[in-house]
Amino acid sequence: MDNYYQSADLSKFGEITQWQKTLGTKFFDYYNSVFKEGSLTTREKALIALAVSHAVQCPYCIDAYTSASLEKGADEEQMMEAVHVAAAIKSGAALVHGVQMMNKSKEILM
Amino acid sequence: MSLKSQNHKFADSERQLEVLNDNGTIPKFSEKMRIIGFDPLTASGIEILQINVGKMCNQTCKHCHVDAGPDRKEIMTRQTMEQCLDALRNSNITTIDLTGGAPEMNPEFFWFVEQATSLGKKVLVRCNLTIIVANPKYHRLPGFYAENGVEVISSLPYFSARRTDAQRGEGVFEKSIRALKMLNEVGYGQKESGLILNLVYNPTGAFLPGEQSELEREFKLKLRDGYGIEFNSLFSITNMPISRFLDYLLQSGNYETYMDTLVNAFNPAAAAEVMCRKTLSVGWDGYLYDCDFNQMLDKKVMSPSPQHIRDFQQSSLDHREIFVNQHCFGCTAGSGSSCGGTIV
Repeated sequence: MDNYYQSADLSKFGEITQWQKTLGTKFFDYYNSVFKEGSLTTREKALIALAVSHAVQCPYCIDAYTSASLEKGADEEQMMEAVHVAAAIKSGAALVHGVQMMNKSKEILM
Repeated sequence: MSLKSQNHKFADSERQLEVLNDNGTIPKFSEKMRIIGFDPLTASGIEILQINVGKMCNQTCKHCHVDAGPDRKEIMTRQTMEQCLDALRNSNITTIDLTGGAPEMNPEFFWFVEQATSLGKKVLVRCNLTIIVANPKYHRLPGFYAENGVEVISSLPYFSARRTDAQRGEGVFEKSIRALKMLNEVGYGQKESGLILNLVYNPTGAFLPGEQSELEREFKLKLRDGYGIEFNSLFSITNMPISRFLDYLLQSGNYETYMDTLVNAFNPAAAAEVMCRKTLSVGWDGYLYDCDFNQMLDKKVMSPSPQHIRDFQQSSLDHREIFVNQHCFGCTAGSGSSCGGTIV
């Protein structure tokens, strides 16, 4: 195992069913249903997935949902804005704990 | 500059086929078709006569399967056009699809359109838009098309300048918008005018087109809000791995992944309805092909079918065997791809 990530492994994702067919099949049925057009368009879902891919820092997901976003007609600005949404939430999630730090500090400082 | 002018190896279509067939892991298209019962694939009548009136074009798009450009001088003569008209009179073909290059650059184009429309058949012109604003002599095209009731089909790969220009050349988006406004002004794309303006979307890179109706919705929104432009339908077309797009795939390192994507998206339902089954393609010199892509690969209709439009006999072509090869995966991927958009 030379590298932890191989881009070719993305296309093997479906093979996870080989070692647990029932759960794997249920997962992919659910997964495919989620990404069908509903109240949100497939393009909107691809952009959400792209943002989440960056938040969870999954290279397979970034690969898949960059292509998916382009296929669905998203433009470069929309895609980068989606990444900024992920970045804003990630940084905001860190920073909002600053209030906790302030609370604790006030509690123990004179 | 065209591949031909560069003396590029892919100016020889056999070199393209060598690349397409030199792959150990990619299954054969013919084998995929055999498995689903098309052994061989045959035509089922001819509804559309697609006539390529020449390879000359004012643009040199990076994905062009024709390898068209200003430096290409191959254009159809009036004599060959007359042979096309004779064939059409002696057929039950319903649609005449004029393409190029920029078909308008053929000096016989205006005459040919008038003759074609007088046959009482549906006439489509694949107009690249920029030709309308390229030279004052073409400014009359929107009015001419409207007078003749021609359906206009125009490529606009994206609703932004960056992606459109990246594929079709610097400044093409702005010129295309100007041309679309001129078409709108004479009634094209407007409700109840009866003048049809359809746009063609094709991906600006090594990925497949998404769902046609969703892309159409997005294009309508962006073009209406951004530029006040109206059109009827969006046709979503997959880029075929031949000619300049094949060269792009190889140069960019995307060839194998793209072919894998096409193969994995093979759709038997789309394969059963591929465009070539109801289309006959005529080259600038009158030779006959199963489709415009086979034309560019120089693979004529197979004998014993007549191979030139002067020898046209519909009964000998209606159920001909179709030449297929690895590029055909482009027409069978996902929802399928044809000159009229998705198939299923």
